[in-house]
Amino acid sequence: MGDRTLSAIGVLNLQGDVAEHLDHLARLGIEGTPVKEPAALSGLAGLIIPGGESTCLARLMRTFGIAQAIENEFRRGMKIWGTCAGAILMAREVVGEAPCLGLIDLVIERNSFGSQLDSFISEAVIPRVSERPLPLVFIRAPKVLRIGPGVKELLRIDDYIAAAESGEALVTVFHPEMTPSVAFHRYFARKCGLDPYGPDLQPDVDPKWITTSWTRLARII
Amino acid sequence: MDARRHQLNVQLAQMLKGGVIMDVTNVEQAKIAEEAGAVAVMALERVPADIRRDGGVARMSDPAMIAEIKRAVSIPVMAKARIGHFVEAQLLEALKIDYIDESEVLTPADEECHIDKKLFSIPFVCGARNLGEALRRIAEGAAMIRTKGEAGTGNVVEAVRHMRTMNRGIRQLAGMPPEEVTGYAKENGIPYELALQVRELGRLPVVNFAAGGIATPADAALMMQLGCDGIFVGSGIFKSADPAVRARAIVKATAYYNDPEKVLEASMGLGEAMAGLEISQIPKEQLLAGRGW
Repeated sequence: MGDRTLSAIGVLNLQGDVAEHLDHLARLGIEGTPVKEPAALSGLAGLIIPGGESTCLARLMRTFGIAQAIENEFRRGMKIWGTCAGAILMAREVVGEAPCLGLIDLVIERNSFGSQLDSFISEAVIPRVSERPLPLVFIRAPKVLRIGPGVKELLRIDDYIAAAESGEALVTVFHPEMTPSVAFHRYFARKCGLDPYGPDLQPDVDPKWITTSWTRLARII
Repeated sequence: MDARRHQLNVQLAQMLKGGVIMDVTNVEQAKIAEEAGAVAVMALERVPADIRRDGGVARMSDPAMIAEIKRAVSIPVMAKARIGHFVEAQLLEALKIDYIDESEVLTPADEECHIDKKLFSIPFVCGARNLGEALRRIAEGAAMIRTKGEAGTGNVVEAVRHMRTMNRGIRQLAGMPPEEVTGYAKENGIPYELALQVRELGRLPVVNFAAGGIATPADAALMMQLGCDGIFVGSGIFKSADPAVRARAIVKATAYYNDPEKVLEASMGLGEAMAGLEISQIPKEQLLAGRGW
């Protein structure tokens, strides 16, 4: 297991908004690696489990031995961030169904707001991540209902928790990769021990980001 | 629809990338699809193969049946409205499903106009056979495109034709000096601004899935390798011998479309695929892809 540079962050590339995360990592000068095979996890400083459909992702992860490999690398020290479906896969408890990876002590409820008509955009200040308000995109989002000891709340909205972390894991029920803000990706990169472009070099919001930025990476993954 | 709502609707489609959307006709099938790893289900009374067999006018499905499927699963639920039938679309929006398919599989309600999708908050997916058709739908407010193929045939040939035609159009635009874009857009009935955007991006600005005739894991991988972002399977799953096994296999092949060993593994022992139809054996007036423009 030696011989690791631990400089890259992987994005689980089975289904979902993979290109969007890779695009955000590239904006911070971080090497992003699409992960489709267990072997590709080896040597990563961190892993992002993207948005998508959690039942689909869970089935593929189990079938191809990726779930086990993620658990192994997590124990070895690889940090993991789950957005939306990714957060569901990481939760220790999922309302009404069996958990998948169970890497963070919290209870989450799938699709907790209703249909696509209930998806929304808002903003909030999350002091640990940035002093400026961050845009938040909720798409058929889950809600974190409770967190266990050892898990910190990063953002609470009304009756639910929208972002939380432990020493090793980060979950957001919203999608920073669907906004011009790179603040959360920078926060996660630092959590992984990496050194992304600092705030002096680049502000939270990348003015070059547009809603179709993901398309430049859509073909290569 | 305001710009932010449209953006959210396009982004939901982005979440579906690399996934399989399956036609289902009842709660039991919807649960099989969800369990197999479908990223969404299309709720309809009859799959396209049965619509083709039965003939007559095909309309929006019974909302009670769509609502029942919606209650049964937590993945997104889509349903079909007839081309141009904006009241069916209003009902589906009131039903609060996740996505409307303005679909040529149903009998068109209007031969001149498609639905003005910008009037709605709910997202729409629309079929297209070529770049011009796709961009006209996007101009009308579609948040997602699917190549039409020929639904209900179990024959992938039309899906391949439409995907290749779309890709050819994109390549032509991408390699074109800017002064030629105006003429190209005029000739192909493409809104000029969208033509410029496709030229810049080298692809559609929204997600494009393949549909119409996909019946095997290899068909799904073929369409993915041709450059689509995900797969619709209509009749191909629940008209096959063992739907649950085939559904799981097509999900695997779609995710690992570039890995022949995994697609091979997914292709083994699936039982019989749906019976296929030769396109040339279908009377011209019964072809679905020509509906809409």
